[in-house]
Amino acid sequence: MSDAKPARRAPKGKTTELPEHLKAYKGVWVFIELERGRVHPVSWELMGEAGKLAEALNVEVGAVLIGPADGSVEAAAQEAFTYGADVAYLVKDPILTHYRTEPYTKALTDVVNAYKPEIMLLGATTLGRDLAGSVATTLKTGLTADCTGLAIDLESKTLASTRPTFGGTLLCTIHTVNARPQMSTVRPRVMSMPEAEPGRTGRIVEHPLDLMESAIITKVLDFIPDRDQNQAQLAYADIVVAGGRGLGGPENYRLVQELAEALGAEYGGSRPLVQKGWITADRQIGQTGKTIRPKLYIACGISGAIQHRVGVEGADRILAINSDPNAPIFDFAHHGIVGDALTLLPALTQAFRQQRSVDRLAS
Amino acid sequence: MHSVVCIKQVPDSAQIRVHPVTNTIMRQGVPTIINPYDLYAVEEALRVKDKVGGKVTVISMGPPMAEQALRKALSFGADRAILVTDRAFAGSDTLATSYVLASAIAKVAAEEPVDIVFCGKQTIDGDTAQVGPGIARRLDIQQLTYVAKLERLDLDKREIAVQRRAEGGVQVLSTKLPCMITMLEGSNEIRFATMDDMFRAARANVEVWGADTSGVEDKTQCGLKGSPTVVKKVFAPKPREEKAEMIESRDKAPAEIAASTIEVLAAADPALAAEFGPRPPAGA
Ligand SMILES: Cc1cc2nc3c(=O)[nH]c(=O)nc-3n(C[C@H](O)[C@H](O)[C@H](O)COP(=O)(O)OP(=O)(O)OC[C@H]3O[C@@H](n4cnc5c(N)ncnc54)[C@H](O)[C@@H]3O)c2cc1C
Ligand SMILES: Nc1ncnc2c1ncn2[C@@H]1O[C@H](COP(=O)(O)O)[C@@H](O)[C@H]1O
Repeated sequence: MSDAKPARRAPKGKTTELPEHLKAYKGVWVFIELERGRVHPVSWELMGEAGKLAEALNVEVGAVLIGPADGSVEAAAQEAFTYGADVAYLVKDPILTHYRTEPYTKALTDVVNAYKPEIMLLGATTLGRDLAGSVATTLKTGLTADCTGLAIDLESKTLASTRPTFGGTLLCTIHTVNARPQMSTVRPRVMSMPEAEPGRTGRIVEHPLDLMESAIITKVLDFIPDRDQNQAQLAYADIVVAGGRGLGGPENYRLVQELAEALGAEYGGSRPLVQKGWITADRQIGQTGKTIRPKLYIACGISGAIQHRVGVEGADRILAINSDPNAPIFDFAHHGIVGDALTLLPALTQAFRQQRSVDRLAS
Repeated sequence: MHSVVCIKQVPDSAQIRVHPVTNTIMRQGVPTIINPYDLYAVEEALRVKDKVGGKVTVISMGPPMAEQALRKALSFGADRAILVTDRAFAGSDTLATSYVLASAIAKVAAEEPVDIVFCGKQTIDGDTAQVGPGIARRLDIQQLTYVAKLERLDLDKREIAVQRRAEGGVQVLSTKLPCMITMLEGSNEIRFATMDDMFRAARANVEVWGADTSGVEDKTQCGLKGSPTVVKKVFAPKPREEKAEMIESRDKAPAEIAASTIEVLAAADPALAAEFGPRPPAGA
């Protein structure tokens, strides 16, 4: 019962001293998510965190790369070095061309068992969550999902993973005792992107997959790419404009889109808009939607509930428009306008358009 | 065709309140619901049954009052309901929860082979999406997560094809039964239960399995003992020190407010100023 989890404490009499055979586990690893030749940026975000954890523990940073034998794994390994990996563990095989739970679980558990990391981080993507749950159960170790903070507890030298609990109303810090590696997943954009250090290199360790295609039961029949590739872009956009229930009706959502267009921005919304069908689920921002870290976030007619807040707090700058001067969004926005979004949105769109045309005239 | 659906009773967390002084959770009076994501799993299992016949068993691990959630599932059309409950299971993390549920499913399967285990994508309280994969690993069956659609089910060949949400697209996968499927939200809509259905469900038998009767072989893998993760601390998020700097809007025309907004933003962050283009001459 995971609901009982956040409330419980380390049970009395449960020894937290690590058994001798687990003390050999050393190093902080990141699973580098490689799909169709591309590394998911969350992997580099995690490399930044892994670097800090490894420094606190005075150990190496490892990158695990699993994929086809077409050179993409090696290329990604070189990139991982520039983001701070000291050693890259490669498992490459044509079987690993597309993600499937079974062979990826074998690849990852095999390298963990062979080289024994104390910490293993994965992106909380559909792939990362599928794999993490499978691997942690196979290894019978602890896994903490969707962490928003990772640190080393200096006293016990263990990983302290902080995550929202109770629907985001509270945070809790979780430790893995008596098992290794300590596993955590982190959602894209929760951690900031580290600087790459071009030319930095590291060691490569190759590990065989040792599996036959005929032994794998699940087959990939097809892959249908999303028509709307913006899905991924919302999380990585520089400017995001979002609307909430304060817009009043679906016909007014267009005002958000128009401002976004004038700014070259992405658009999204709060959860009620998804529930009402005004916008698609992939445009939901917040705890159960996308986490964003734009330079500017403009929230219009959004109250600023905690579940929304946790998804936008990483923004450099938040501008909130709300007719209620006491709306909670003004507690964490940097700039606020008390007013009617329905009249302010067109005015802002107009003003930004003008700005752009001045730009064009000047150049 | 026999499906098992794992459902969890969760607090309607929109309504959880934190005590303003003590910072503790006020659980009293918080209504409980079936985890909303699990309703898609229940509905999909019922649709499979509607199409090819067979049976749907629902299982929930939780306190005795989780029986309500199971009765609700019975009212939608599930055939058998099992509540797995014991003090020994309290405090289970996802590893221990998946052990207990997998043990119970294995016991069900020993009586009546199970073809598909359905789970929700995740719970709204635990929010981990780990229990489904955990069950699949422990039962050593194929794992299909984030499934948006069952495309094909061939009972003779014991094959299934599904659409699975992946990063940047949809994977079409085929696999063999038995398998574990976690259903994506929006993949279907739960049917209505009529008054008759509800009365029938209220009278139906919900089996109650304890630590000794739920197929669990190793009690050290349940509850706190079987949970490698430990919560060290629960705390409220830190409020931001300063409140938003307000842009004067009273008695001002929208165009005027918009102009000062651009000015404020551009002054606060030069990088944004560059995104917006040069500032228009004053008074323009
Ligand atoms: C488990 C769980 C997960 C959740 N996940 C998410 C999530 O990921 N993302 C998310 O957003 N929510 C999420 N929620 C919902 C969240 O709790 C809030 O209910 C939701 O964010 C509120 O949306 P809103 O601000 O658009 O609507 P409301 O709370 O109704 O706020 C509307 C606001 O608009 C203002 N307003 C009204 N008219 C105008 C006008 N003309 N001009 C300007 N302002 C106006 C009002 O003053 C009000 O502040 C979740 C809830 C739960 C329980
Ligand atoms: N206590 C439980 N009883 C029954 N099913 C559960 C329980 N906990 C989790 N599940 C199932 O596992 C899924 C994922 O849960 P979670 O890993 O907590 O996000 C849920 O949607 C349920 O289908």
